[in-house]
Amino acid sequence: MASRLQTDRHNQIALDRPLVLDSGAQLAKPTIAFEAYGTLNAARDNAILICHALTMDQYVASTHPVTGKPGWWSKVVRPGGVIDTDRYHVICANVIGSCLGSSGPASIDPATGSPFAMTFPVVTIGDMVRAQAMLLDQLGIGRLHAVVGGSMGGMQALAWAAHYPDRVDRALVIASAARHSAQNIAFHEVGRQAIMADPDWQGGSYYGSGRVPVKGLSVARMAAHITYLSEAGLTEKFGRQLQDREAKTFGFEADFRIESYLRHQGISFVDRFDANSYLYITRAMDYFDLADPHGGRLADAFRHSPVRFGLVSFDSDWLYPTAESRRIVQALHGAGAQASFVELSSPFGHDAFLLDSPEMWRLIAGFLEAGR
Amino acid sequence: MSAPALRPDLALIAAQVPGGARVLDIGCGDGTLMAALRDAKQTDVRGLEIDPANVAAAIGRGLAVVQGDAEHDIADYPDDSFDIAILSQTLQTSHRPDRIIDQLLRIAPRAFVSFPNFAHWRVRLALLWGGRMPVTRLLPVAWYETPNIHHVTVRDFRDLVREKGIKVEAAWYLSGDKPTSDAAASWRAEHAIFLIARG
Repeated sequence: MASRLQTDRHNQIALDRPLVLDSGAQLAKPTIAFEAYGTLNAARDNAILICHALTMDQYVASTHPVTGKPGWWSKVVRPGGVIDTDRYHVICANVIGSCLGSSGPASIDPATGSPFAMTFPVVTIGDMVRAQAMLLDQLGIGRLHAVVGGSMGGMQALAWAAHYPDRVDRALVIASAARHSAQNIAFHEVGRQAIMADPDWQGGSYYGSGRVPVKGLSVARMAAHITYLSEAGLTEKFGRQLQDREAKTFGFEADFRIESYLRHQGISFVDRFDANSYLYITRAMDYFDLADPHGGRLADAFRHSPVRFGLVSFDSDWLYPTAESRRIVQALHGAGAQASFVELSSPFGHDAFLLDSPEMWRLIAGFLEAGR
Repeated sequence: MSAPALRPDLALIAAQVPGGARVLDIGCGDGTLMAALRDAKQTDVRGLEIDPANVAAAIGRGLAVVQGDAEHDIADYPDDSFDIAILSQTLQTSHRPDRIIDQLLRIAPRAFVSFPNFAHWRVRLALLWGGRMPVTRLLPVAWYETPNIHHVTVRDFRDLVREKGIKVEAAWYLSGDKPTSDAAASWRAEHAIFLIARG
């Protein structure tokens, strides 16, 4: 099956230098796909980098080439919007290891002429950020007015602030954490094992075989999707309602609406995401712990940071709960950095950051505008 | 943009804060005092506030405000991370005002503490003649819904800091927006503002 993923064209450039990875491996001249909106001003000080979450992509405000759906944050990033593309130059790059144009396991290994598959080096959140910094170098953007991200995007925003404090004016970290918890890793491992247990995965070398691990990736997505919601949200939306039937079938079809919904989420994900990329990116998140290089002292990652930090959590988010944001705030206080934090109320769990939230939108706009 | 008029106790505190100081405003509301300090005194001012709508409003003004409970989250700040801590109209709402005062002087060598004086003559009269918990201009909420769970008087506060060996560097007493004397404060002050320091 020639996946649209491999044939679609994206706006991309090849980095002019090797990307040295945290593992010690390097990628010769990796490709980075990105979308840009608005105009970089003459002073070059109006650039905002948006970092995307695990299964998102660079199509933050433009139509997704595979699904045809509007960008995942198109209500926020638009002319006159919360992140106003009439005033800001907004960039969003597909992370390294992903599958929408940036180098990843589905890319061709120049050494062999075949897809990397599992020979693609393991990447980290730090590597994603380093690749973005190199992209910005090539685009002539030295300094960012802001780096903004939710979930894994928030991890990148934190890593940006920690690794490039002099290139970032402010970092907005939404529904995120400075480390992956045991529970976070556990859910990811369930997803990875589901993919690897699918015979169609073929040790990762499924490209060109005509088969992809549809079942494995779907199950991975189904499990993960539950973690993005909340029990209250699920109860409100689905309860125990049956799907297109009057009574239980006493079988294993998708009797319940929630089952049908999850199956749909799983199957539709396969069309727009590469299973190996899912393995690599979840691994990158699991390895993420900003305090690790500092003997567990998170404050030391931000010592005397000039970056202004804004953190937002949601009260029903159990994937990256408020306590994780508070831990970052505490560390920022210890580091003497300037931090703002608010916990917003929402019934929608982790996914709240992607949904309509006028309260969050006002806050984002205020945080980005302040001092300009 | 002209600064909005500050509440009298906040105006008094704002006038006393030295320029360039590192300040934590605990219970900062929507950041009115913080904005005044930042704009007029170039202070490095941070805020702590419990109400998310207020926090959002303050962040929208470009202020660094953290949502949290003064009582618990003040512990997150390292020793001596500020020059001055400000606790305005919050002491009487806490479960353990004595511990909050200890925390204030842990994170900063000096602190402003302001509170409504429960021994103001109107309050005394209301209790004496009415026999009911007073509802006054300053304490406008009935006993069952007031956030003020530890009513405190000027004398109570003086006793507490004396017992703790805390220095009172200055005190101001307000009746409405007018100052009232030290000697008459116990009866006449509606608001008291103390500048306390480690003993």
